[in-house]
Amino acid sequence: MTTPSQVLTLKIDGQDVTGRADETILQVARENGIHIPTLCFLDSLSPLGACRLCLVEIKGSPRLFAACVTYIAEGMEVLTKSDRLNKYRRMIVELLFAERNHICSICVANGHCDLQDLAREMGVTYVDFPYRYPRLGVDASHERFGLDHNRCVLCMRCVRVCGEVEGAHTWDVAGRGIEAHVSADLDFPWGDSDTCTSCGKCVQVCPTGALFKKGVAAAEMVKHRSFLVRLTAMREEAE
Amino acid sequence: MTPEELEKIAAKEEQARAHIPHTIDVCLGTTCMALQSDKLKTALEQEATRHPVGSKCQVRGVGCPGLCALGPLVTVKPEGDLYKQVKPEDAHDIVNSLGAEPVARLKCDTEQPFFKRQHKIVLENSGSIDPERLEDYIAAGGYTALLKCVTEMTPAEVIDEVVRSGLRGRGGAGFPAGLKWRTVAKAAGPRKFVVCNGDEGDPGAFMDRSVMESDPHRVLEGMAIAAYAVGASEGYLYVRAEYPLAVKRLKQAINQARAHGLLGANIGGTAFTFRVEVRLGAGAFVCGEETALMASIEGKRGNPRPRPPFPAESGLWQLPTLINNVETYANIPTILRQGADWFAGIGTSKSKGTKVFALTGRVHNTGLIEVPMGITLREIIFDIGGGIPDGRVFKAVQTGGPSGGCIPEEYLDMAVDYESLASVGSIMGSGGMIVIDDTSSMVDVAKYFIEFCKSESCGKCVPCRVGTAQMHTLLELIASGEGTRHDLERLEALCDMVKSTSLCGLGQNAPNPVISTLRYFRDEYESRLAG
Amino acid sequence: MKVNKPAPPSDDKRWRMVDATMRRYNYRPNGLIETLHTIQETFGYLDKPGLQYVARSLSVPYSRTLGVATFYNYFTMKPPGAHTCVVCLGTACYIKGSGDLMTELEQTLGVKAGETTPDGKVSLLAVRCIGSCGLAPAGVVDGQVIPKVTVPQMLTRLKDSAQ
Repeated sequence: MTTPSQVLTLKIDGQDVTGRADETILQVARENGIHIPTLCFLDSLSPLGACRLCLVEIKGSPRLFAACVTYIAEGMEVLTKSDRLNKYRRMIVELLFAERNHICSICVANGHCDLQDLAREMGVTYVDFPYRYPRLGVDASHERFGLDHNRCVLCMRCVRVCGEVEGAHTWDVAGRGIEAHVSADLDFPWGDSDTCTSCGKCVQVCPTGALFKKGVAAAEMVKHRSFLVRLTAMREEAE
Repeated sequence: MTPEELEKIAAKEEQARAHIPHTIDVCLGTTCMALQSDKLKTALEQEATRHPVGSKCQVRGVGCPGLCALGPLVTVKPEGDLYKQVKPEDAHDIVNSLGAEPVARLKCDTEQPFFKRQHKIVLENSGSIDPERLEDYIAAGGYTALLKCVTEMTPAEVIDEVVRSGLRGRGGAGFPAGLKWRTVAKAAGPRKFVVCNGDEGDPGAFMDRSVMESDPHRVLEGMAIAAYAVGASEGYLYVRAEYPLAVKRLKQAINQARAHGLLGANIGGTAFTFRVEVRLGAGAFVCGEETALMASIEGKRGNPRPRPPFPAESGLWQLPTLINNVETYANIPTILRQGADWFAGIGTSKSKGTKVFALTGRVHNTGLIEVPMGITLREIIFDIGGGIPDGRVFKAVQTGGPSGGCIPEEYLDMAVDYESLASVGSIMGSGGMIVIDDTSSMVDVAKYFIEFCKSESCGKCVPCRVGTAQMHTLLELIASGEGTRHDLERLEALCDMVKSTSLCGLGQNAPNPVISTLRYFRDEYESRLAG
Repeated sequence: MKVNKPAPPSDDKRWRMVDATMRRYNYRPNGLIETLHTIQETFGYLDKPGLQYVARSLSVPYSRTLGVATFYNYFTMKPPGAHTCVVCLGTACYIKGSGDLMTELEQTLGVKAGETTPDGKVSLLAVRCIGSCGLAPAGVVDGQVIPKVTVPQMLTRLKDSAQ
């Protein structure tokens, strides 16, 4: 039996690394300066394993594993980059761009957007799938913040930070499949929400310009996320 | 209840039956009920009271004898005559014929391959007992296996027996049931759960519905034995809300079993306790996936989560949980009664026992069948199924539902088991078997299944949520004659990507109907391309 | 902390059935789906005041309650028409032409699957599989299954039940 604090040895991209048994592949990779692309993952929020960008290969298995939810094992040999992985990651980013209406030039997050960064990293310069062009709205009912569904990638960071950190659980996903969308309370206009504390955490963790601060111009919205790790660390300290 | 008391009930039941020389069994399954077999039953009862022979005759509602295409079905005993497409007007003739010549115009040939080629274990009581009476099940040997387990066997012995039988999960993937049980038995936890997956979401499949409706106690007994083996005292039966009759009969059966001490506290006078509750599904195919099903039982959205941890270690409310489907549990009482060796003697080297299939589509004898593993597809479709109607030609058979594939003519002589079906690009799945003839386009069939997966995707992971939607768009383009070669290439690339990267089985298997039709019927795609 | 039980959305006696279900689950969040089933069974559909009541009674966040109500196909947030006309789109029915049947019904009734005619008389619905594949293609009008159904049969049956 392995115990959580036991130190294990493994290989990531040919490099010998060590980590604790309760660490994921992603954590150990990051500690060792090995980059694995992520989107839904955010430090201090529960891992979701939904965007599938952090998929890695593990020697001996034909399956792929999400690095954010897969724990390391002794002797494991992990490959974080391969032609196959690159191809899939590129397609995932393309699918996200084709899913909704991402128009970077008018987006407040232009230049500070996780999705844009991923596209650059994957070398996506065009989308080779039919654009879906869904008709989606903008919720501008909140005094200070806005929600543009056109830019949402359903990473559920807002849902998790609101439920897990703020404890308000204003956000959740309604509908399912391609019709899924984030909604406040019982699909109320955000400004009418009984439960929203207007803390703004969701806006900061949102990877794109879907959740934004009102009054900022295109490309002006820089998101600050360091509060999250600090907040969690201080809470643990207090306990 | 003790084994002796159980025997007493069985004996009493037999005695009571000896006084009734004739029985008329009317199928009260969903399909025959849709053809108003309940009214037929009333007509037969009324007729019986009018007739002198009536006092010696009992009209019973029973489960499904399987040949749904010719319902409503009526069986007359002891003669064993089966009557097909019976209407209330026929009641007079049937009652009159008791003890005399059978009604020729209604007779259904029970010597035909549809009946003779089947091997019934799971369905052994279906169509011959009244599913609403516990005594009927007991008279057929019911609950003896449970009481034997709890009074004579250790949990480890029960698990060994299931392992030795070679039974594999009947829900689709075919994981050895005994090994799963052993993992749950070994898992440490203050409480454990046994869950039965009755969410049968594959369109065109109704095996589990029929078992739950026709023989509900069998499922409960299987679950109780599993609970004893793994050390659980609570269970959930997750059933589709679309199956109201199954829900009603299961709830009734639970109450009966509880009243007789066959469920609840101190089963068989031992310390073993098992309580079971029915939970309704609400129309989500993805809830057939075990982690989604558990989320649903917890009252949440049916979003699957990454595995590991597996339910055996961390399932319902993070506690060790055993999940099997209806047919898997339904095999258990017979395995424990007849022994592992007997069961392992049926089927092929790697796939033991029988499999229930819902045989539908372009085939004469649509209905529910149970056949030994290793039978060929040709025997199923052409002997048991009676071949293709209307002079049309067989084109493919679809197995495994939206996660399965289409198998062409050239593989019809292949023996049916988990491995062989997988080797030709399909899966055993839960047992849907849909025959397709030359009137259907395989591009349209593929589009149908992708549309299904697209609208059943939970939306959590990107490849399944957006990938299936894109596949559907591309297939619509191709089906309408506007697709290009490039679209076809993108479709194939998506199939590979969605299969390799999706979070759960729904997404990972969603491309299968496209992949298999591209493999065997590529010309149908190519001929529709523009330019 | 036990939250005080909120008052039902109206004095309609049917809320007692809903309360009974919630009581059976000890007002725990895992009773949410069963409670929504009871509301739909008694009222025919789910609405926001009802969801609000259940959410508060079971201590489930509003957003999750809506998330659950909109995740499952069986639940509807729209009041049903006086009569329902259902076409089974399971595979066996589809192979036997239920797709075309649906298209024709959509044209005849002038509504899409999932919609109700503007006069509120008929709801046209598609289901995934009613498990009566032996009767394919199957239709259901006001709960009555019609085996091997055709469009004229469906319409006649609708007319009959309207009378």
